[in-house]
Amino acid sequence: MTTPAIRVSHLWKLFGPERILRTCDRPETFPEALKAGAVAAVRDLSFTVAPGEIFVVMGLSGSGKSTLIRSLLRLIEPTWGRVEVGGVDVTALDGPGLTHFRRTKVAMIFQHYGLLPHKTVLENVAFGLKLRGVPPAERRAKALEVLARVGLKGWEEKLPSALSGGMQQRVGIARALATDADILLMDEPFSGLDPLIRTDMQNELLRLQAEMRKTILFVTHDLREAVRLGDRMAVMRSGSFVQVGTPDEILAHPANEYVARFVHAQDLPGRKKQTQREKVVS
Amino acid sequence: MPEFHVAGWIDAFVDWLLLSYGALFDGISAGILALLLRIQAGLEWLPWWAAVAITILAAYSLTRRPGLSLILGSLLVMVVALGLWPLAVETLAVVIASVVLALLLGIPVGVLMAESRWANAALQPVLDAMQTMPSFVYLIPAMMLFGLGKVPAVLATLIYSTPPVIRLTNLGIRQVSPEVQEAALAYGATRWQLLKEVRLPLAMPSILAGVNQTTMMALSMVVIASMIGARGVGEEVLLAINRIDVGRGFEAGLAIVALAIVMDRLTQAFARRWETPGVP
Ligand SMILES: Nc1ncnc2c1ncn2[C@@H]1O[C@H](COP(=O)(O)OP(=O)(O)OP(=O)(O)O)[C@@H](O)[C@H]1O
Ligand SMILES: [Mg+2]
Repeated sequence: MTTPAIRVSHLWKLFGPERILRTCDRPETFPEALKAGAVAAVRDLSFTVAPGEIFVVMGLSGSGKSTLIRSLLRLIEPTWGRVEVGGVDVTALDGPGLTHFRRTKVAMIFQHYGLLPHKTVLENVAFGLKLRGVPPAERRAKALEVLARVGLKGWEEKLPSALSGGMQQRVGIARALATDADILLMDEPFSGLDPLIRTDMQNELLRLQAEMRKTILFVTHDLREAVRLGDRMAVMRSGSFVQVGTPDEILAHPANEYVARFVHAQDLPGRKKQTQREKVVS
Repeated sequence: MPEFHVAGWIDAFVDWLLLSYGALFDGISAGILALLLRIQAGLEWLPWWAAVAITILAAYSLTRRPGLSLILGSLLVMVVALGLWPLAVETLAVVIASVVLALLLGIPVGVLMAESRWANAALQPVLDAMQTMPSFVYLIPAMMLFGLGKVPAVLATLIYSTPPVIRLTNLGIRQVSPEVQEAALAYGATRWQLLKEVRLPLAMPSILAGVNQTTMMALSMVVIASMIGARGVGEEVLLAINRIDVGRGFEAGLAIVALAIVMDRLTQAFARRWETPGVP
């Protein structure tokens, strides 16, 4: 069996007042802290993502998706647990090691794009390479190549504010691709876009993925998006995974009432008739 | 209640400074004087009509507003017409030297306050004191340490005018969008790279607003500064006060206002050039 691209074991992240969190050094102390008023944004999560897979984490607002994805790069410091990404034990890295890891192994794409408003599209795409110390000519060539790949030829010298939301997110994707990282972390990348643009971007991602075969951890609150994109998906609620499986499995066999409600609430193609029939029955 | 005084300690402290670090103060003094004289020589070398022309061109290239540019130019012409240009040059030299030093000190301190919570907590009260302490209070020790003349005038101006650029540098950096900073960190920015590539450039409009305020505060000190030997237009005001010469005092005051408007509009226009679209 191949080693997983991402392996998360017993990951916890508690938020709360400093005075409560100080006492939290082992999982045995967590129930006490939770009673005292701390919140577990991520609660004892364990899962793996295989190389080349699109793994979608789907959940409602506040279920802990962003906290989880940020913990993988330690943008948020986990309270407990182990995170391995691309064969690196991220939780054990020191400062310089973490910086090197972020520059080479993973690239992140954000809901609000996270572009640098004072830099041109080209400079934004080359940003990861600049941080890494790649010489200007080389990073320019790489950025031009990637921009062409995401369909932004001719926009290189514009500032991000001159672009539409969909185009800005293409810049975000190009910035991630430019680093040649094997693992992409995407936190609701298309949630801010109009439905039509959104579908375009999903198609674009699938097209790129067919060429690149990256490992993608994709976060969304939209079941329809999860089903379209995911090789496998997890339904997240209150910091835990309620169910993990292929989209087909989850649609066909919701593990419990919560997942079932989700599945029925959304107007999925192919399930439409069934929901309508149920409405008539009830 | 028995009285308690710190005055004796302060006196002793200044005496001790003078005795133990006299050479250091002489060194600082020489450095400031050299900077000041160089700036003044440059300004004196420039004929007044060239200064007017440069002002108009600079204003036009920054704002693209011909009307405003001409008004700024004519304000300087008015100073010349009042016969106050040579004094204005002396004043400008003190103001520019103070502003240069204020920026060299203030921007790094502002960055430090934004980067370190400890420095922020420690320096806030110092800034409050610098801005609210009546300047006459530190004119006396400044005179004792540096003698009469332009150097203590620059120092007094510096103390009064540095806080705005410190505060606005600090504020500007703190207001940089956390999302943009997080993205830079996610791509492996070190603390220094984050500062240089993201925080400072995005804080630039705020920093330049600080430069503008610092310049204005420095100009507002010219009369006080002339009491300890800064000369210039401020001295003209003092002389007019002594002789109860209302008209002469008014003319000098007008010249100061003219200089202030010119410097304000120019620094503001420069600040505006730095705003990036899409950044609040
Ligand atoms: N810095 C923080 N301090 C305190 N609580 C936090 C913090 N960040 C997140 N939380 C809490 O952790 C929980 C999970 O938040 P998170 O942002 O991970 O959810 P999410 O699934 O990404 O939601 P959304 O769809 O709104 O982005 C929420 O209850 C939130 O209030
Ligand atoms: Mg989120």
